[in-house]
Amino acid sequence: MSILGNRVLRREDPKLLTTGGTYVGDLDLPSALSLTFVRATIAHGRILGVDSKDAKRAPGVVGVFTCDDMGLAPMPPSMAFLNQAMARPLLASGVVRYVGEAVVAVVAESAAAATDAAELVVIDYEPLAVVVDPLEALKDETLLFPEVGTNNCFELQFGHDDRFFEGCDVVVRQRIINQRVAPCPLETRAAAALLEGDGRLLFYSSTQSAHGVRDTLASSLDLAKESIHVITPDVGGGFGAKATVYPEDVVTAWCARRLGRPIVWSETRSESMLGLGHGRAQVQDVEIGGTRDGRILAYRIDVVQDAGAYPAIGAMLPFMTRTMATGVYDIARAEFNSTSVVTNTVPTVAYRGAGRPEAAAAIERAMDCYAAEIAMDPGELRRKNLIAADVFPYTTPTGTEYDSGNYVPALDLALEMAGYPKLRADQQARRRAGGSRQLGIGLSSYVEITNGVPEGEYGAVEILPNGKAIVRTGTSPHGQGHHTSWAMLVADQLGIAMEDIEVIHGDTDLVPRGVGTFGSRSLQIGGAAVNQAAIEVVDKARALAADLLEADVADIVLDKPGATFHVAGTPSISRGWAELAQASLERAGEPLMAEVDLPTAGATFPFGTHVAVVEVDTETGQVRLVSHVAVDDAGRILNPLLAEGQVHGGIAQGAAQALVEEFSYDAAGNPLTGNFADYSIISAAELPSFDAAFTETPTPRNALGAKGIGESGTIGSTPAVQNAVVDALSHLGVRHVDMATTPERVWLAIQAARADAGNGTKSRKGAA
Amino acid sequence: MIPASFDYVRADSLDQATGLLERHGDGAKVLAGGHSLLPLMKLRLAVPEVLVDIGRIPGLSYVRDGGDHLAVGALTTHDEIARSPLVGSQLPLLAHVAGQIGDPQVRHRGTIGGSLAHGDPASDLPAVVLALRGTLVLRGPGGSREVDSEAFHLGFLETAVAPDEILTEIRLPKMGELGWGFEKLTKRAQDWAIVGAVAARLDGDGSTAIALINVGPVPARALAAEAALEAGSSPAEAAARADDGIEVSGDLNASEAFRRHLTRVLVGRALEKALV
Repeated sequence: MSILGNRVLRREDPKLLTTGGTYVGDLDLPSALSLTFVRATIAHGRILGVDSKDAKRAPGVVGVFTCDDMGLAPMPPSMAFLNQAMARPLLASGVVRYVGEAVVAVVAESAAAATDAAELVVIDYEPLAVVVDPLEALKDETLLFPEVGTNNCFELQFGHDDRFFEGCDVVVRQRIINQRVAPCPLETRAAAALLEGDGRLLFYSSTQSAHGVRDTLASSLDLAKESIHVITPDVGGGFGAKATVYPEDVVTAWCARRLGRPIVWSETRSESMLGLGHGRAQVQDVEIGGTRDGRILAYRIDVVQDAGAYPAIGAMLPFMTRTMATGVYDIARAEFNSTSVVTNTVPTVAYRGAGRPEAAAAIERAMDCYAAEIAMDPGELRRKNLIAADVFPYTTPTGTEYDSGNYVPALDLALEMAGYPKLRADQQARRRAGGSRQLGIGLSSYVEITNGVPEGEYGAVEILPNGKAIVRTGTSPHGQGHHTSWAMLVADQLGIAMEDIEVIHGDTDLVPRGVGTFGSRSLQIGGAAVNQAAIEVVDKARALAADLLEADVADIVLDKPGATFHVAGTPSISRGWAELAQASLERAGEPLMAEVDLPTAGATFPFGTHVAVVEVDTETGQVRLVSHVAVDDAGRILNPLLAEGQVHGGIAQGAAQALVEEFSYDAAGNPLTGNFADYSIISAAELPSFDAAFTETPTPRNALGAKGIGESGTIGSTPAVQNAVVDALSHLGVRHVDMATTPERVWLAIQAARADAGNGTKSRKGAA
Repeated sequence: MIPASFDYVRADSLDQATGLLERHGDGAKVLAGGHSLLPLMKLRLAVPEVLVDIGRIPGLSYVRDGGDHLAVGALTTHDEIARSPLVGSQLPLLAHVAGQIGDPQVRHRGTIGGSLAHGDPASDLPAVVLALRGTLVLRGPGGSREVDSEAFHLGFLETAVAPDEILTEIRLPKMGELGWGFEKLTKRAQDWAIVGAVAARLDGDGSTAIALINVGPVPARALAAEAALEAGSSPAEAAARADDGIEVSGDLNASEAFRRHLTRVLVGRALEKALV
């Protein structure tokens, strides 16, 4: 019987839950120095002078460095289509462009000494005009890069048609703010660097991509890749924001080479809130047109993406938003326009979903606005417009080819699990009673793209002479459980017990190649590579066994329960994995091993429907999430326990965006939510027990039939919760409430609706 | 998150502690549970020269029956107050509020004395002490003095505790079966109140006291609403005046207008519970 599909417990957990993991900050590196940074305290200003005399004389200080001291070239935006003139210096050079930007590096014998000395550095600024609002930045009146002449760093246009809404009985428009949020992994950014005896640079990194760190360090420091060894110890979360290299990483490596001593950089939470990239940050204008009886004909979305001070992955999120713009619906005409602009804020990066949650949030809000306009049940409107199961592969009007899907059953199951008709009856009863606690029911039917990066992945399986197996993977788990999943895959192919299978990742000397873990790619490409390597090692073993048993290879069978090979029909004479591994070494002089560089066969498209129920206090504006049903389809599920874990965490983060999380600035660019007292990451106390289920529609694009599940929870949940909040207030005339749906926003929306009603006007506008 | 360098002294007695405070003046800060002070120090918003740790001075953690009142030692934690049978029966309002402060970790470290002496208008306990007309006992080098709760909060994070004094005891009149109501709106369970309200029937003249949490820069009573009730207004009418004459601040979580609205709503709800 196969182990696949079973709720296998995470083998990572005993250590993490007992003795604890080993994170970069836990490394015991003899004679290590601590690195910290002096950061910009104003959002935009010319650096007139840096006085570090006192800091250099402070106790324990070994080095104080500015950008000029380092003499390294700025890092251009990592993607060629972003405006390359907006390069980012490793330390601010001449100008600071956001509060929190690193200006001076301070290295000392201890973290305390470095922190004390950093306080002594005096930076003299000439303040420059600040632009925080991306809509203001669009006007190009205040420029972050005057020499470039514009704040625009990336734009897209697609599908314009002057007769776009022809044939539509109804066209509904809505401005939607998909607010800036902070990813907040529990482990903040950290790195350590030292020179090994042979002069190579050993670099420990809290990252989602060990090989990516190696390659970027090599280009930034002008070193050969082979002269850098990157190790990822345990990594306490990344959510996409640790998928790329930060300037502080490069400075850490530079300091180790300059000073010839190990350097540890481990930022504080307050630094991380302004240093780790932020996510989302789109202003969307959506227009949806269709017939009075609920057939969508046309959908247009205009996006202004806030890229933050330096264009990074955040600047290209609209590309992903366009890819997924029309969602699960069969829409004839679609138009997408976007402009990404730089602002005096923390640069935006990938954050759990990265452009797809923004697409889902936009169209799912548009769907509810349309449903309200034609007075149709949101569930019925969705069912009426879902892409039919028999048209896959399906190409959307924005040119995306969906691999497989079966959307109606997921919607039906979610509504059934939620008890939808009864919920609607309860809602009506509460409305009739007229109390201050009103019920809202929100739906979100989503589809998203996983494994969207057109890269393959490395996987290898080696059998040791003792019969145990070693798996090497190019993925870079940071909480996902690959040590469990990959061992399951290999155990299933080889018959070797899971406890005898060791998984190695995140060490560029031990794993020759790798891409990493992001974009919900790992199982379908990295797991599939390991699976393929296991198949190939079985083939090699079968050939060896044929040799040893003096039989035709076609007659050799692997007895998985016994983990032995024998001639079909003669199970008593067999060879085990240990014997075959030894034979390989003796006969061929090489280990029994298979390496696979699996190319990608294309992206896959998980989907599902979420139903959120909220209770809204119409007097205080407070929203309570009462229940949340998630039906997700990520193709074939390898381990339901791990998949549910991803869904639960995703719902928590997605609901958090809808309810409480928001990174705010004042008009001068001062962050208002720079620590966990002010920035509201959600906790279990604010969340109900989730009700999660899967449907399984395999993808033809990998041998496992698997799609990604890492981000679906976030993508499906946010619009469901937001729609539920609006739904709770719809009988009061509210048509939209922006996220986060805080008490004050809800109250303002109710006030505005009452004022509209009082004026006898009908408006679709919600509160700002 | 590393505080600036400071000296640390663990006091074994109140006399030693007040002596240290007298010697170091403004440069010294009293450390009890540390849940307000240490974050400020780590952010380097507070940079004391000396920390005088009173956490292990014996005899400051207790709840005593004082006849018509309960006396609560300053080092009693929120959790101990929430679980005290004596508080539960005689001052159920205090037990209820203490049991909702922050999260379990905060409640196991934070103390009633620390919460009062810090003088944060966003804290819940000052409003309870204000509403119940509590008495605060301060100990200085020259001995102890009693301060009425009305005279205790002087400004934002500013109290009647002199630099060489330590708050040692909080006395609150017993409530027994008298009605009370407590309402707070928080963004998340663990957060400070965006706005909170305490309403309590008082023994003796039968009047009702109302105190507000996180409405203005100082913990305050809703005097206009109290007076309205006194004059015979209904709870709803009184609640409509809850923010009259109150200095109200706006912040990220609530503009001044919304905070005034919340004050009226939550006072109304607290009164409904107190006056059943």
